[in-house]
This record gives sequence, structure tokens and C-alpha cells, in this order.
Amino acid sequence: MKTEDIHPFILSLVTFVPLGGALLLLFFPRRDRDIKVFALVVSILTFILSLHLPVHFVNGQAGFQFEINAQWISTPNIHYHMGVDGFSMWLVLLTTFLTPLCVMMSWRSVHGPVKEFFILLLVLEAAMIGVFVSLDLFLFYFFWEATLIPMALLIGVYGHDRRIYAAVKFFLYTMIASVFMLAGILWLYAHTGTFDFTAIRQQIQSGQLELGSAAKWLFLGFFVAFAVKVPMFPFHTWLPDAHVEAPTAGSVLLAGVMLKMGTYGMLRFNLGLFPEESHRNAPWIIALAIIGIIYGALVAMVQPNMKKLIAYSSVSHLGFVVLGIFSFTSYGIVGAEFVMLAHGVSTGALFTLAGMLYDRRHTYEITEFGGLATSMPVYSTFFLIATLASIGLPLLNGFIGEFLVLTGAFQANHVYGVLAATGVIWSACYMLWMYQRVFYGNFRNDENRALPDVNARERATLWPFVAAALIMGVAPLIWTRAIDGAAQKFVSNDNTAAHAIPSAPASPGRTAQASLQTQVSGQ
Amino acid sequence: MIPTTDYIRLLPELILIVFGLLVMLIEPTLGEHNNRKGLGVVALAGTVLSIVASLYQSQYTGLAFFDMIRVDAFSIFFHVLIGLIAAVVILASFEYLNVQQIRYGEYYGLILLSAVGMMLMSSAVELVLIFIALEISSIGTYILAGFRRNAPISIESSIKYFLLGSFATAFFLYGVALMFGATGSTSIYTIAATLSKGVTPLAYAGVALMFVGLGFKVASAPFHIWTPDVYEGAPAPVVAFMSTGPKAAAFAVLLRVLFATDAPGWFWMIWVSAVLSMTIGNIGALVQNNVKRLLAYSSIAQAGYILVAVAAAKDIGISAVIFYAAAYAAMNVGAFAVASHLANVGEKYVTLDDYAGLGRRAPGLAAVLTIFMLSLIGIPVTGGFLAKFYVFQAAMQSHLTGLVIIAVINSAIAAYYYLRVIVYMYMREPQRDVPVLRMPLGLGVSLAACLLATIYLGVLPGRVLDYAIESARVLTR
Repeated sequence: MKTEDIHPFILSLVTFVPLGGALLLLFFPRRDRDIKVFALVVSILTFILSLHLPVHFVNGQAGFQFEINAQWISTPNIHYHMGVDGFSMWLVLLTTFLTPLCVMMSWRSVHGPVKEFFILLLVLEAAMIGVFVSLDLFLFYFFWEATLIPMALLIGVYGHDRRIYAAVKFFLYTMIASVFMLAGILWLYAHTGTFDFTAIRQQIQSGQLELGSAAKWLFLGFFVAFAVKVPMFPFHTWLPDAHVEAPTAGSVLLAGVMLKMGTYGMLRFNLGLFPEESHRNAPWIIALAIIGIIYGALVAMVQPNMKKLIAYSSVSHLGFVVLGIFSFTSYGIVGAEFVMLAHGVSTGALFTLAGMLYDRRHTYEITEFGGLATSMPVYSTFFLIATLASIGLPLLNGFIGEFLVLTGAFQANHVYGVLAATGVIWSACYMLWMYQRVFYGNFRNDENRALPDVNARERATLWPFVAAALIMGVAPLIWTRAIDGAAQKFVSNDNTAAHAIPSAPASPGRTAQASLQTQVSGQ
Repeated sequence: MIPTTDYIRLLPELILIVFGLLVMLIEPTLGEHNNRKGLGVVALAGTVLSIVASLYQSQYTGLAFFDMIRVDAFSIFFHVLIGLIAAVVILASFEYLNVQQIRYGEYYGLILLSAVGMMLMSSAVELVLIFIALEISSIGTYILAGFRRNAPISIESSIKYFLLGSFATAFFLYGVALMFGATGSTSIYTIAATLSKGVTPLAYAGVALMFVGLGFKVASAPFHIWTPDVYEGAPAPVVAFMSTGPKAAAFAVLLRVLFATDAPGWFWMIWVSAVLSMTIGNIGALVQNNVKRLLAYSSIAQAGYILVAVAAAKDIGISAVIFYAAAYAAMNVGAFAVASHLANVGEKYVTLDDYAGLGRRAPGLAAVLTIFMLSLIGIPVTGGFLAKFYVFQAAMQSHLTGLVIIAVINSAIAAYYYLRVIVYMYMREPQRDVPVLRMPLGLGVSLAACLLATIYLGVLPGRVLDYAIESARVLTR
């Protein structure tokens, strides 16, 4: 079989291989080792399959690739329509990249029935991939809701002390918000007769579908669902609770992938379907994003709990993403996508590291630690790299995204840029301060003297994070090439973006790339 | 001379009556301490035969018995649905009757006979016959509700159901009388013809009063007051039966009365009742600790969702009602079957605390109940999700945006109490020692059937939905 022949099926394969693995696991005998090995094999297989996407992705080609479009249900008109563009392809890759690592980091730290844990993990992976590849609004909503249950169960069954509260809060916040999106989807179907994303977008763009005063409400319906997921200030309160109580793998997937479902949704649906409303509402959304950046950072600074600190840092980082998206500049949008990916890797690494510390000491309290650099030198080095990646040190992944977003923000409005840039400074403050309190100084607690350093399995878990952070920092073009094509849609679709950029270049995307090139080679 | 085809058009009911009487006749010949499982098998055979007969009817559609019943895709759908519900409930009852030490074979006979009433409700096109069918189905369930004779709560349930139920059917009869006064006929088709010429105030009153009677049967607000008490006291498998069968049948009648006659003045009535049912049901369920009461309030809310689809009729609204009735039957019968298994002797273990830690003590049972709960919430891959989706979509299609928004908010609220059941099962430590009996074959089969139906409707709804659309088409033609 030629490779082109699998193109239409590759997305279905990537989505359903984990699900098939989960179903097979159901019938496994309860021998924990076999279960873990099998889950690892399935998730690695999924990752390998998903590598097909970037290898065969055609940069610069308009529209979606690897499309499959088949009728699922005739009335109502629901299609099994999948496809990816630059945005969604990398998010799929992020998901498939993080899942095997989640399996590895959970090798010894599952507190509860092991079999169900890995089943939930694989189901969650399938649902999250489904969210990113769906191009039918029904299918999208289907997967969107399907992610809720495995995650809520992961938190509620395998989490720490206040897990039930956190799981229910997580579930209700996201569920209640997403019913507004459901209402919006139904409205669109009632007026267009299709759930197909491209068809609806086409009808709206051609003016065939007059949205009129409904546009505002549709935009808000979708936006609320996504904003709670991101989460944007002031909907963020479920996030710290969920993170603190979740098991490590749950935190990694929650921060690494699930939050991006929100920002991805904004890109795909809010900007894609309602560009005019997006522009109209941008000011207050950007205001909330900037509040999120600064507020998240300030609150992170005073957290006594390591995991909560990282959770609030996510609020801050995701603020950058939203800012980038609603700056409507090619820099901003490419940067937003890059921050999503970078944040997935660096925050994933931080949560993994925090989890390893929890395995040893059963606490996340920063004051319990101190002087760990002496007893765990290798661990400390890994932690330092993850910290620096999160802060945005040049040559590591965090820098590229934040730089692009800030450039975009400055182009849109200087004030946005100035305010958001303070977030970078704050992030250095809270991360480095935490690093200092945990790793330097004297031992405040004698238990820390004899902590074992990372073992081989843990190293194997951490190296991919570090490698990814480094490669993304040094060679961002691998990623931005594909993203650029997708971002052009939003920048060129509307005419106001041209005004947003003072000296509008002929092709904003190209310049974004060009400047990146000089940027990177300059170092 | 009545032609043979007429009997074929009544065949499912006739089979059930024969088997029902057979059960009653065999019962006295059995010793007092004998197991009644054999009678259950006879009853099961009856339901299976009647389902086959209903399917066979598809070649014999048309009117029968002086235009009193009508066999069409619509009636066949409900016949099969009610037959399946009865079969699954009978399967689930084998063990229940053993455990509760109820040794009365009439139990199975009554299930069959009330199923006759429900089936007849879905095919009758004559208001008096509809009323009689309604009574047949009701009387059986009144008695069934009191079948735990030694438990006062069950007697209370039976009497409450009987008193309020006969009151409500009287309303229905009054409505029929007024309709007759308004149009001079009790035949749906004559009424339709008369109403198309002009509507008198009497007809409005007739429709309203008939809705009171049917609203009681489907447990929609404001006629829902009986539901929690009756469900709490009645034997769990009976609740599985009467929370789905009569509801489906009553919705069938509602659809026929409203849309085959093109009745006037129903819209705001249905709208208000839908909103009230959803809101009262969901808010009431939030504070329940008894699983049966929780499911009772949930069934009020579910009736509200179906009423949303009724409000959205014609056309797609009707098919949404039909599909929802099927999905609801699968998940609700399943949920009550699990509850009846866990309840144990004298229905001792029915509070949420008794479900704590079930995920570890009986992982399979907990997983199955979880899926039914997720379906009731409306989470993808389950029939409940698609059913809700169709209902909301139908309402949106009919431009009932306000009603859809109320409904989606309600379904978000509902997530909380269904989720609570899951939380208790998986995330809480058991408070006291609750024994879990071994899963008997009959219950296992019925649970598997409900589970398969729930998933099937959630993943491959195409065929059932197409059939529902076809049914809706023949109803309004």
C-alpha cells in the first residue's frame, strides 16, 4: 500500500487506536505489569502513527488535510468529518507525545485500581485527539463532552484528599459552560441544515446565512464554553483545585492538552465562524487575558503549594495564548499556537517533576523542601531546565511563543504589549523563587537528605520533555511552517487586521517567519 | 363478520392476553412454596411472541375493528418498545421475587395485562378505546405497585397511585366527553375532519382535560406529585416497568391526540409543563439520598425533555419524542434493574450511602450503572446523548430558542445528581457493610440488553431514527 492511500484513514487510526487499546484492556487479567506495558505500547504506537501527519503535511496548502468525510447519520445530517490544519495537527502530536510519558510517570504512582486507570487514560487520549480532528460540529461536541468523564474520574478516583470536591467542580464548570455551545451549535444547524464546519463557514462568509443579532449570542455561547476550559479569568477557579488533587498524569494531560482545547476552540470556531464578532469583542477579551496574565502570575507567587503554583502559572501562560489569538496579527496567532505547544511540554515537565517529588515525600508544600540540589542533583538539573523553559529563556521553547505573542500584541496596541510583557518578568520571579526555596539553601527537613535521585524510568520520562523543549527552542521553524499556513486564514480573511499592523507588510506571515529566522540565527 | 386481518392487527395484544390468562390459570396449581420462575418463563415467551407478532404486522398496516385501532409504523414501534420493556422487566424480576420472597405468579400475569393496555394505547384511534386501554394499563400497575405486601410503604404507594391515578383518568374521560361534545365524534379522524372546519371553545377544554390525564401518566409537572412516593414504595422492577412503559404509551397517545387530530391550543400548555417538569424534577432530585426517589425526580425531568420535543412538533419533534422514548426506556429500565439487584431483602439498601464503594465491591455492576447514569446526563456514546441532542435540535428547528436554553441549562443542573451516584460508587468509602448478591443469569441478560441498547442508540442511531421519522410521517399524514 502506498503512503497516500492511508491519508484518509490516518486520523481515524490515530483517534481510535487508543480507544481500541482501552477496550482490549477491559479484558485483561489484573496483572498490573502487563497492563502497564500494554498501555505503553498502545500509546507509543499511537504516537508513531501520528508522526505520519507532520511527515506528509503539505505546508502552505489551503484548507484541511488528511480529510475523511462520510455520512454517519442521515437525519439529522451528521457527518464523520475529520481533517487537520497546522493548528490542530500539532495539538494532536502534543497529545500523542504526552500520553506515553503519562503512562511512564504513572508506573508506580497509581493509588487505586490500576487497570481502570490506564483504560481511562487511553479513553481520554482518544477523546482529546477527536476534539482536535473533528470538522463536524456534532462530532466535535461529541468528543468534547466525552473528555469530561475520564478526566473527572481520574481526578475523583485517583486524586488526593479533596479529590471529590475537585472532580465535581471540574465537571460542573465545564459541563455547564459547554451547554451554551450546544445551544449555539443547534442554532447553526437549524439555520444551515448542516453540522459541517467548512460548509457553515462558507455559508456565513458568503452571506448566505444572515446571522444578524444572533451573531453576538452565538459568539458568546461558544466563547463561554471555551473560556471556562482555558480557563480565563474569572472562570479559572476550578483549575487550581483540579490540578492540586489530580494524579500526576491527570495534571499533565489537563494542563498539557485539555486547556488547549479551549484556546483551540477559540481559534477554530470563534475566529473561524464569527470573525466580525471576534473583532468587536476583542477589547474586553484582551483585557481579561491581560488580567489573567498578571493576576495568575501574582497569585502564583504567593502559593505555598508547588502544584498550585504551577497551576496558576498556567492561567498566566494561557492568558498569553488568548492575547495572541485576539490580537489578529500573524505574529500573535502563530505565537499563540506556539505557546500552546510549548506550555504543554514545559508545564507537562513541571507537573511530572512535582509528581516525582510527591512520590518521594507525599507533599507539595514548598516549605517542606530546601537543599534538594545536594541530595538530588540530576533531578534538580531537569527541574531547572523545565523552569527555564517555562520562564521563556531564549533557546528553549517558551521564549519563541511569548516573543511572537508579544510582538503581535505590540502591533495591535502598544498598551497590550507593555502590560503583557510584565507577565514574563513575573513568571521569572515566581518560578525562580520557588526553585531557590526548593533546591538551594540548607536542609530544612532531614527527610530530604536521603531522597533518592531520579531512577532510569524517571529519566526516560524526563528526557523527551527536555529534548522537545530544546528542539522547539532551537528549530521553531519545523512547527511554525505548518502553523503559518493556518494562521493566514484569520489574518487575510478580515480587513481590520491590516489596520492593526501599522506598516502592513505585503505578506504578514512571511515576515513573521523571516523575523524568526533572523531571531534564531542571531543567537 | 370481522375479517381475519383484523385479528392480525390485534395479534400482539391477543397473544399477551392469552399468556396472561395462562399464567393466572397455572398459578393456583403450583404449591405454596414453589418457585414461580416457571411462570416468568411463560410470560417471557408471551412477550417474545407478541414482539414477533408486532414485527409481522408491518405487512398488515391499516385500520381494524370498525376503525377503532390502526396498525402503522408508529403503533408497531411502540408495540415493540413496550414488548421489549416488559420482557426485560420480567427477566429482571426472576431474582427479585426470589430475594423478596414474593410468591405470587399473578405478578407476571399483571405485567402482561398492563402491557396489553399500553400496546393498545399506541394503536387505538378512538378516544373511548384509548380510555379503556389507559385503564387496563393503569389497573395492572396499581396492583403491581403494592406487591411488597409486607412493607407498609409499598401499600402506601399502591393506594396513592390508585387514588390519584383514577382521579387523573377521570379528567381524561371528561376531556373525551367534551371533545365528543365539540365534534360529535370520538374517532380521531372524524375529530380531525371536524376541527379542520372550525374550532369551538369546547374543543380547547377537551384537549386541556385530556392532557391532565396524560400528564399524570407521564409524570409531568404539575401532575407529578405522586411520582417520588410511588416509586419509592413500589418494587424496583415494577418501577422500571411503570416509569417507562406507561410513559411511552401515554406519549404515543398524546402524539396521536394532538397531531393526528391537529388539536388546537396545546402549545403553551405543553411549553409550560415542559419547563415546570424539567425544573422541578431536576431541582427536586438534587437533594435526594434515596436512589429510587432520585430516579423518580429524574424521570419527571426526563418527561420534561420529551415534552420539549412535543412542543417542537410536528415532523421532527414527533420523531424526537419517539427516539427519546426508546433511549429513555433502555437507560431507565437498566438503572432500576441495577437498583433492584442491590436493594436486597426488603429493599433495605436503597440510599446513596449504600452505594458507596460499589466500584470496588462490584466493579461490573458499578460500571454498568455508571453508563446508565452517563446516558441519563447525556454524555456521548450513549443513547441519552443523541436523544437529548435530537430533542434540542428539533426544538431549535422550530425556533423555540428560549425553551432550548432552559432545557440545556436544566440538563447541566441534572449532571450534578447523576454524577453524585457515580461519585458515591467510585470515590467514597462504604459507611456500612452492604452485601452484593451474585449476579443471576436473568438479570445479567436484561442488564446486557439495556446496556447494548443504550450504546447502540448512541453510536448507530441511524436505523431507529429513520424508523422514528417514518412513524412520525404516517402519524401526521
